[in-house]
Amino acid sequence: MKIPRIIPKLDIKGPNLVKGVNLEGLRVLGDPRSFIKSYYELGADELVYHDTVASLYLRNNLDKLLKATSKNIFMPIIVGGGIRSLQDVETMLVSGADRVFFNTAALENPKLIRNTVKKFGSATIVISIEAIRLQNNYICLKDFGRERTNIKVTDWILQIQDSGAGEVIITSINKEGTGKGFDLELCEKISKVAKIPFIINGGFGELKHISDLLNVCLPSGICISSAFHYGNKPSKEIKINKNEGNFEFLKKNKNFLNFGNISIKDVKNYINKVLK
Amino acid sequence: MLDVAIINYGMGNLFSVFCACKSIGLNVQITDDKEVIRNSKILILPGVGAFGAAMEIIKKKNIDKAIYEHIGKDKKIIGICLGMQLLFERSYEFTLNKGLGILKGDVKMFSINESNLLNVGWNKIIKKKKKTLLDLNSEKDKFYFIHSLFAEPKDTSIISAISEFNKQTFCCGIKYKNIEAFQFHPEKSADFGLKIFQSLKNEMKENF
Repeated sequence: MKIPRIIPKLDIKGPNLVKGVNLEGLRVLGDPRSFIKSYYELGADELVYHDTVASLYLRNNLDKLLKATSKNIFMPIIVGGGIRSLQDVETMLVSGADRVFFNTAALENPKLIRNTVKKFGSATIVISIEAIRLQNNYICLKDFGRERTNIKVTDWILQIQDSGAGEVIITSINKEGTGKGFDLELCEKISKVAKIPFIINGGFGELKHISDLLNVCLPSGICISSAFHYGNKPSKEIKINKNEGNFEFLKKNKNFLNFGNISIKDVKNYINKVLK
Repeated sequence: MLDVAIINYGMGNLFSVFCACKSIGLNVQITDDKEVIRNSKILILPGVGAFGAAMEIIKKKNIDKAIYEHIGKDKKIIGICLGMQLLFERSYEFTLNKGLGILKGDVKMFSINESNLLNVGWNKIIKKKKKTLLDLNSEKDKFYFIHSLFAEPKDTSIISAISEFNKQTFCCGIKYKNIEAFQFHPEKSADFGLKIFQSLKNEMKENF
């Protein structure tokens, strides 16, 4: 049995690491490089860098962050947000990413999946799905949860794997940032249709949530953001670029109530225990 | 003379390999220039990408000839992931593609019930040869893998390491003369991987 990878996910807006709830109300948490360094040292299996405004502004700024962190971070990184073309994928890979994910661009132009897989290999191409619950269905959203589509999540997964994508990251918009547990109904639906490995994102707040998740499915990875970021609360050493974003949270200098101090090691040990 | 030339075929994770070499003090350059390749002690053929697309670029840029020349002089070459697979004769990714044919054998897909499988994550490996760049300290050493194909050398005596995926044992390291290759990514395997670059540097100092 493959043990799910523990993947801190870093949402980036301009120069800063941000975090919201249900992908909204993005708070600035500090310079992403300090967080990235600490996740590397603490033994994360992989990292996700997500440019949160890229697809809205048709730009992705992550190549600079990638180049800066590649100098002393020797671990796998998945990058996405605003990736639209073969050229964009190449730019990210050349800058230090190992794998690239699409959401908006793939929904708008599904052929992009097959075209990029052909050039960069199946393993390199990851699809991100932002799922929201509407009545009894889960629907795909695009532009970092800003725009709705009519595409059902399960239909989309079938199409994605048919196009050769290597892995999927599924974010539950309803649970994202809440710390109240994973969207188990969504996870169960996905595990029934997905033949390719899938990463679950959104909802982690305490260790028990992991065993709840592993009861309904075996994901290839689990993304965790708020719980690690807030546990890793910006210290005075963390530099902040104050040209962009919402700094109210940092100014108040207080803890976020929903999350305790859960480390990467705690989560890994817990998974090993549950899967034994 | 340059220590390491990282071959640029337009699609690898070149910068990560570059940074790993730099971090242990190797004199390194990313290049597709045949003169630069000719004047380097070690070649690294990195790998992220599809086999067929990679071979097409390598041939178009005449890099294949530079690689053959380098190996002909018995100089060191390192293949990483796709770069390891490219050293073999054939690959079955999408369709049948011809590789560099430096090592005898084929590259095959992990599959079950006709659906392809992706081996992604950190795995342990077992060393099969004594004198290689792999310097395993303990059973805790793990390496980062991301691939859906694996190489099957005809001559199993060139296998330097094996790993397991989906209850199948596969070759994840090769050592044949001055050719060494790894299916995992040393440049992405934290300290475990950096040790390989360190051994490469030590070996280079002894030999040149």
